This record gives sequence, C-alpha cells and structure tokens, in this order.
Amino acid sequence: MDWEYFFELLLGGLTRGSIYALIALGYTMVYGIIELINFAHGEIYMIGAFTALIAANVLTMLGMNELAVLVLASVVAILYSAAYGFTVEKIAYKPLRQAPRLSPLISAIGMSIFLQNYVLLAQTSDFLPFPSLIPELEFMEPIAHIISSAEVIIILTTAVVMILLTLLIKYTRIGKAMRATAQDRSMAMLVGVNVNRVISTTFVIGSALAAVGGVLIASHIGMINFYIGFIAGIKAFTAAVLGGIGSIPGAVLGGMVLGWTESFATGYVSSDYEDVFAFALLVIILIFRPAGILGRSTTQKV
Amino acid sequence: MKIQDIKESFFIAAWFILLTFPIMVIQVNPIENIIEWRWWNLILVGAGSFMLSFVWRYLMNRKAGQKRKESEDAEDIPLTQRLLRNPRFFVPALIVLGVFVFAFPFLFSAYQINIMTTALIYVVLGLGLNIVVGLAGLLDLGYVAFYAVGAYSYALLNHHFGLGFWTVLPVGAFMGAMFGVLLGFPVLRLRGDYLAIVTLGFGEIIRLILENWNAFSFGPSGIANIPRPGFFGVDFSLEASSRYLYFLMIAMALFTIFVVNRLQNSRIGRAWIALREDEIACQAMGIDKTKTKLTAFALGATWAGMVGVMFAAKTTFINPASFTFLESAIILSIVVLGGMGSIVGVIIGALVLILLPEYLRAFSEYRMLLFGAIMVIMMVFRPQGIISGVRRTYQFKGKGDKAVKTRETVKQPAPTTDHS
Repeated sequence: MDWEYFFELLLGGLTRGSIYALIALGYTMVYGIIELINFAHGEIYMIGAFTALIAANVLTMLGMNELAVLVLASVVAILYSAAYGFTVEKIAYKPLRQAPRLSPLISAIGMSIFLQNYVLLAQTSDFLPFPSLIPELEFMEPIAHIISSAEVIIILTTAVVMILLTLLIKYTRIGKAMRATAQDRSMAMLVGVNVNRVISTTFVIGSALAAVGGVLIASHIGMINFYIGFIAGIKAFTAAVLGGIGSIPGAVLGGMVLGWTESFATGYVSSDYEDVFAFALLVIILIFRPAGILGRSTTQKV
Repeated sequence: MKIQDIKESFFIAAWFILLTFPIMVIQVNPIENIIEWRWWNLILVGAGSFMLSFVWRYLMNRKAGQKRKESEDAEDIPLTQRLLRNPRFFVPALIVLGVFVFAFPFLFSAYQINIMTTALIYVVLGLGLNIVVGLAGLLDLGYVAFYAVGAYSYALLNHHFGLGFWTVLPVGAFMGAMFGVLLGFPVLRLRGDYLAIVTLGFGEIIRLILENWNAFSFGPSGIANIPRPGFFGVDFSLEASSRYLYFLMIAMALFTIFVVNRLQNSRIGRAWIALREDEIACQAMGIDKTKTKLTAFALGATWAGMVGVMFAAKTTFINPASFTFLESAIILSIVVLGGMGSIVGVIIGALVLILLPEYLRAFSEYRMLLFGAIMVIMMVFRPQGIISGVRRTYQFKGKGDKAVKTRETVKQPAPTTDHS
C-alpha cells in the first residue's frame, strides 16, 4: 500500500469535509429551527464566493497588499452573504411560516434557481479565475507535497469556527433562544422569545458560515462560476443529513465522512463518478438511517 | 398611499441597491484586469425594487384580506371554476379549442408546429408529475430521470436492435414505471423534504451515469440519428412529419388527460388525495400506504417514460444534457404555476411557461430567472396555482330553506400535518 498516496487522500478528504461541514452547518441550523431545507443555501455560498472575487479584484487594483485583500474580501463576502440570507428569508420563507410543508420547500427551490440565474445574467456564465488569497506559509515547506498551507488554513478555520459556534449556541442569550425555538416554537414565543428575530439570526449566521466556506474553497480551487452552489449545496445537505440533521457536531462529522468517502472513492475507484458516490451515499443513508449518524429517531405522534 | 409606505419602500430600494451592488454593478475581468462599473444597473435596481415593494405590499394586504373574507364566506366559488363548470361557456369553448387545435398545423409554419409539439410534451410531463406531486403530495425533484429513461430506451433499443417507435413506446412507458417503482420502494418511509432530496439525488445519479458510462450510453456526445415515428411505412417530408408528430402528441395529450381525469376520480385517486392531506389519517382509514405511494410513482413515471420516447423521436438526437435538474425544475414550476392537482391548470401552466419564452425571444434569457421567481411568488401569494383543483362536492338539500352545502376549494396543496 502506498502510504503517501493514502495520506494525501486522507488530508484531501479532510479539507473537502471541512468545507462541506461549514456549509452543512447552515442547513442544519435552519432545519433545526424551522424544519425547512433551505435550498437556496448553496446559492448563498456561491454569492459569497462571487462577492469575494469581485472585492478582491477591486481591492487588488486599488493597490492593497495581499493580506489586507484577504481580510477585507472575506469580510465583505461574509457581510454580503449574511445580508442575502436575511433577505431571502424575509421574501421567500417568512410569509410561508404557517403554510403546509411543501410550500416553503418549493419556494426555496425557486429562490435557488432565481439566485443562480441572477448571478449568471448579472455576471457571466464562464468560469472566473479566483485569486489565491491564502498565502503560502514558510514553515509548511517540508510537508508541502502532502498538504498545502491552504489546506491547513481551511482545516484550522473550520475548527475555530466550529468551536465558536458551539460556544455561541451553548452559552449566549441568542444561542439559548435558538435552542428554545428549535425545541418548540410556540412555547418559545410564549416565554417571550422573539422568534422572528431568532430565525433571522439563524439565517444570518448560517449564511456567514457559508461565505467563509465559499471564500476558502474558491481560493483553494481557484475557479468559480454561477453553478458551484448547486452541487456544493446538495453535498453539504448530504453531509448534514449524514450526521443527523439539526445536530451541529453531526454536521461536522457528516462533512468529514462525506469528504473522505469522496476522496477515497475517487482516489481508489474512479474519478468520473465523484458526484455519484456522494448522491449514492445520501440515498443509502436516508434509506437505512434517516435520522443520521448522531441523530435520534423521532417517533411520530398523532 | 401613505407617507409611511413610501418611506418604507425607499428603505427597501436602498437595501436592494446595497445588496445587489457588487454583483449588479461591478463586472470584473480578472484576465485582463479590467473593472467595468455599470452604474445604470444601480438605478434600475433601485427603481425596480421601489416599484415592486408597492406591488408586494398590495398583494400581501390582499392576501390578508382574502383570508379574512374566506373565513367569513366559505361559499364563494372562484370565477375560473364557475366558468369551467358552466356548460354554456364550456361547450363552445371546447369546440373553438378543438377547431383551433386541428387547424393549427395547417395555418402555421413548421417552426411554430415544432414549438407547439414541445409545449405538448411538457403538458404531458406536467400531467404526469401532477399525479405524483399534485395528487399524492410526494415532491419528486428527479422526475426528469424517468423522461431520460424513456428517451434512452428508444435510442438504445433502436440503435442496437433496430426496434421502431411504436414497439418502443409501450416499452418506454413500462421502463418508466419500472424505474418509478425502483425509486419508490426505498423512499417509501421518507417524509416530504427528505423525499425531495432523495429523488433529486436519484435524478442526478441517472444523469451522471448516462454521462460517464460511455460503453452503455455513448457518454456526453449522445446518440444521433434516431428515426422519427413511422406511419404504416409512409415516408413523410420534413414538414409533413412535424405535422404528424404534432397530431401524435395531441393524441397522446388527450389520452393523458382522459386517463388522469379518470384516475383522479377513481378509488386510487381518492386514496392519493387522502394520502396528501394526512398520511396518518389515511392509513387509519385502511388505505395501504405502500401500494398507494408506489402506484403514484409508477403511474407518474409511466408518462415520463412514454413522452421520453416521443422526445427522442422528435429531436432525433439525445444526450444527457437534456435531462438536467433544471428540466425537473421546469416541469415542477409548470405544476406549481398551473395549480397542483388541477388538470386544466397544468395544461395552461405548461402552455404559458413553454410558449411565452419561445415567442418573446427577447426575454428568453430571463426564462430561468422567471421560473424561479414564479415558484416563489406563486407559493407566497397563490399556493393553489392559477386554477385550483376542486374537491368533490356533495350537496345535501334539506327541507326548503335549510339547505346544507358542503363545498371546499383546495387551499392547501400538501399535507399539513407532519408531527414529529
């Protein structure tokens, strides 16, 4: 067995998994609170990447140095993604709070198609080269052939974001309100939680995380177009379901499992069927363990 | 119009200007390092969102008003329904429509006929999906997979064994049904939104396999030279054959309408509607959930398979690119726009969504943008579609003045109860 190749795949899977986990968190949080698959979430991630690309290009042309560009472009991307997430919720989901379950789902699909084509028409259908914003770290030189510094930064950022999010949900006031809303929305309302604000906050946080993922993966892969959100969205959703939707550690675990599955399957089996593996995994998981790895299965009450 | 409304709309316009600024205004060209500033778009977005916010507010108010009115007066029958039920309107309209349909291919060019045939294909696809989504309430996002199965059945059977259109037509339908059951079995246990994702995954898997398994499906380059349908060995000119295809499609559409209409009022159709409204109550009434769901999938897929064969015969060339998720989304938006569970609605929906972009060439670019917007707007303001399906009504005439009527329009297209 070729160990170096194995480690390369392992770390490649970890990087991929981190990105999936970042996007999956948005799905999981939204699903946990309003039980909606936010189909447009992948598009928010794509818009984050696009905004970062535009900001980075403008700032570079203004003559800023690399680090400033990285920081500012990321901040702009995060702010804009959060704003888009907020607006999408207000337009497409909020009026449907009381509607039957299929309605917001169809509305979400519509929103996803709309945002995709909005970027396609306003920008371009071509792949745009994304500037490699993440600097090469010098101390990484000796192991650079196995793991690049971009990958290290992706993994580290994901870990930090994950810890911050867990702390936010466990210990802050808004985190508590979020958990309360997730458990029982009307009861939370009764005890004075501003449910609308909690839902908006959830969308904002989820979208911001998607933007972080978008910037990281775009500068790692180096290419974006309007369609990246669709596949990434579905895969991240797979990750969320895999880990047990609604559970935050589950989303991370699911992301990793999906990242490794894809990485090893493409490395050892065939790279043509990369997406097929992800979808097949999704189908299998949903059939055999719909509650996910960490999820508890709920019984239906009548 | 109140001052406050104008103020609010200003805020909304400002918000959207800010929101769309990087994507609408700045166009970067990273290869040549040029930035194009399109300030004109800024004004467009501002003015557009300012206007739209008024429309949005008006519609929202109307929706709120409607709800109040409905609860007061549940007897109000929508105008469209009244028209459709009134034989004095209905019969002449049907005759005019029939004459138009038959005269159409002789009045217009081959190009127009082709567009109409395409629209009819979507009518049948919409009606097929309507069984699954509209009647049984199972959101299927991978419907296009069955369409692909039908199209590839014809293309491959013809390529390898030289089978003709008429032989493959039932085979395609059968293959569609088989795949419907194949998909239906594993997803029986899944609830609404999970089901949507799995069907989406299924559709993508089928497309990716068709794209990558070169030995089987000839990969992305597709299969060309698929023969058009024959007619007792008569050779048609190009124009005559498009006319012939048109009539075939009309026949197929009529057949579909007939069958779906009969199905809707049958025992199984009623079971689907019951399943859509409340799964648990439906089971409690003694309906076999497994059988009901599977028949919905199978029957829905049958039409897709059949039309797939038709599609392959019409275009004479197919490749996996014709069967992407967007195609599923288009079919879904037809059903949503028309009205889930309503046959007339779906037909109108298909004709509007397919014909409008074809005739308004200038805006065909914005087609998908519009489809997305339609799905959102319809869900928010009119979830029952253009023409809502009508529940069966029973009228009990009491003695004289005490007439008890029970009648209800379908307001909710999907199961309302999903306790977890």
